[in-house]
Amino acid sequence: MAEKNGRFGIHGGQYIPETLMNAVIELEAAYHHYKDDAEFNAELTELLNEYAGRPSRLYYAKKMTEDLGGAKIYLKREDLNHTGAHKINNVLGQALLAKKMGKTRLIAETGAGQHGVATATAAALMGLECVVFMGEEDTKRQALNVYRMRLLGAEVIPVTSGTGTLKDAVSEAMREWTNRISDTHYCLGSVMGPHPFPTIVRDFQAVISKEIREQILEKEGCLPDAVIACVGGGSNAIGTFYNFINDKEVRLIGCEAAGRGVDGWETAATIATGRPGIFHGMKSYFCQDKYGQIAPVYSISAGLDYPGIGPEHAWLHDIGRAEYVPVTDDEAVNAFEYLSRTEGIIPAIESAHAVAHAMKIAPQMEKDKVIVITISGRGDKDCAAIARYRGEEISE
Amino acid sequence: MSRIKEAFKNGKAFIPFITCGDPDLETTIKIVRAAQENGADLIELGIPFSDPTAEGPVIQAANLRALTGGVTTDKIFDMVRELRKDVTVPMVFMTYANVVFSYGADKFLSTCREIGMDGLILPDVPFEEKAEFDAVCRKYDQDLVSLIAPTSENRIAMIAKEARGFIYIVSSLGVTGVRSEITTDIGAMARLVKENSSVPCAVGFGISRPEQAKKMAGLSDGAIVGSAIIKIIEKYGRDAAPYVGEYIKSMKDAMRSDAASEEAVCTAE
Repeated sequence: MAEKNGRFGIHGGQYIPETLMNAVIELEAAYHHYKDDAEFNAELTELLNEYAGRPSRLYYAKKMTEDLGGAKIYLKREDLNHTGAHKINNVLGQALLAKKMGKTRLIAETGAGQHGVATATAAALMGLECVVFMGEEDTKRQALNVYRMRLLGAEVIPVTSGTGTLKDAVSEAMREWTNRISDTHYCLGSVMGPHPFPTIVRDFQAVISKEIREQILEKEGCLPDAVIACVGGGSNAIGTFYNFINDKEVRLIGCEAAGRGVDGWETAATIATGRPGIFHGMKSYFCQDKYGQIAPVYSISAGLDYPGIGPEHAWLHDIGRAEYVPVTDDEAVNAFEYLSRTEGIIPAIESAHAVAHAMKIAPQMEKDKVIVITISGRGDKDCAAIARYRGEEISE
Repeated sequence: MSRIKEAFKNGKAFIPFITCGDPDLETTIKIVRAAQENGADLIELGIPFSDPTAEGPVIQAANLRALTGGVTTDKIFDMVRELRKDVTVPMVFMTYANVVFSYGADKFLSTCREIGMDGLILPDVPFEEKAEFDAVCRKYDQDLVSLIAPTSENRIAMIAKEARGFIYIVSSLGVTGVRSEITTDIGAMARLVKENSSVPCAVGFGISRPEQAKKMAGLSDGAIVGSAIIKIIEKYGRDAAPYVGEYIKSMKDAMRSDAASEEAVCTAE
């Protein structure tokens, strides 16, 4: 891959305070030691299979395929993992790594709460202390997940700085890490931040495309024509893309949260509306004003409500290998309802962005073509918010 | 080489940090003048950033006040042009990488030289990432200031050897903000710096009281104070200049009182 010294083309790097440099250097050394270690990998595989429930299913969505009348649609069911999302893949890897490094405390940021729940879960399982930073706005949008984290024994700290969303939770987790390093591992939830995080998280999520590849070859005897995933920071998307990057015939499509549309400010579509910048430890694309002030982005989806994108995605965009398309709140909510009714699967509102795009392109494709959509998480957490979006108040 | 050296010529340097545009640029101008009149040797001018990840709550709030008031990089450049009519102390900008990168490093730093700035501090640009900014800084006679933290350990020599202007010793773990106690062995860090560099070093993060400034400057070549000053500005708003001036005088006086007796420590090779 293009990765060299933590760079993906011009993107990536380690733009962090000097205070954290030895911590990321130590992390990189530990990761390089353990990533090819047979015992570490056996332990991780055992956890992924027996605890998280891998491999996840590749489900043929027959009714959806017939209804849309075009390409065959498969759903990669990351929503069926323990804790209800792909986040657990990365967290089990990082928590195990942290434990091997002698760390006793995990800190994490969370947007929708899925990464926070996964981190709290792994911490409970492995006997680690856990503190999760979550934007105050998001603690309201995702109250159920806040309760789940606390139930799992984690401390949840609402972040009031900035816009009170995911970016502020990341900033606060970084601040906390500079404050307490020796016993603490920052369990970053996406393929972002300073090197080596984008690489570590990518490697732990690559299991998604490794399985898709095996499963689709078994079911269809060929590779898919397109794989589609939603992108905030981009961890489920890079996991979905990674083992297909060298197969040029497979289209890689990332769906960004356009919020109320890419023509206004209420959007979180980084590739569509951002430009190169340096923030949260990395060089990549960011939504920002002409003076480099980070934009207060918006999406109905707390998990995609982030002004940047992981550096490997920025590079895949630069070289034209992957396509990034904006999907609005309206389109995502429609897809959320459509998949629920058509297949009896309630997707996370994040994943619904990918479903929405598949609904656009599948009818235009021949019937012998194959699309795989990664359903990154389940939508139980979103029901109250979607009901509100439709003008209905329900109590959780 | 910029004028930063001059800041350390007259004993221990007192280095105040001020967020530009908090609460407005007219007030910043008054505060900078008051700082010079009351003995500031070098002034750090903060260009506010929307998401200042190295700052504690006090400076975060100042950044927000300034940005809410509509301050921009260009307006700050104009303010410096105005200030340089009478302010002669060396001045450096303190901001985040994206503010410079987004403006265009070449355009940003050529403007810095044109308006009479002397250097740049970027807390989110460590040694490994400095090349792209350092090259442009050198082109326009600006010093890119290196930071050393309590966790730097084996990295201190490497950083010090390439340091320019002055070396910013971060006194404590965590973000900026007032601390009742600084427990790091600053003396040991400063000695390692001195073994590897002829560039002066100053201590920042957590310093608020005159006796702390005196102690930290005694162990190094100067003291940097941010949050304590921002708190005064937060309290007095547009009327803050004389109060900041008074505070700077008290800090500078404390550092002067027996600077000579500490001389031996700071020049120890």
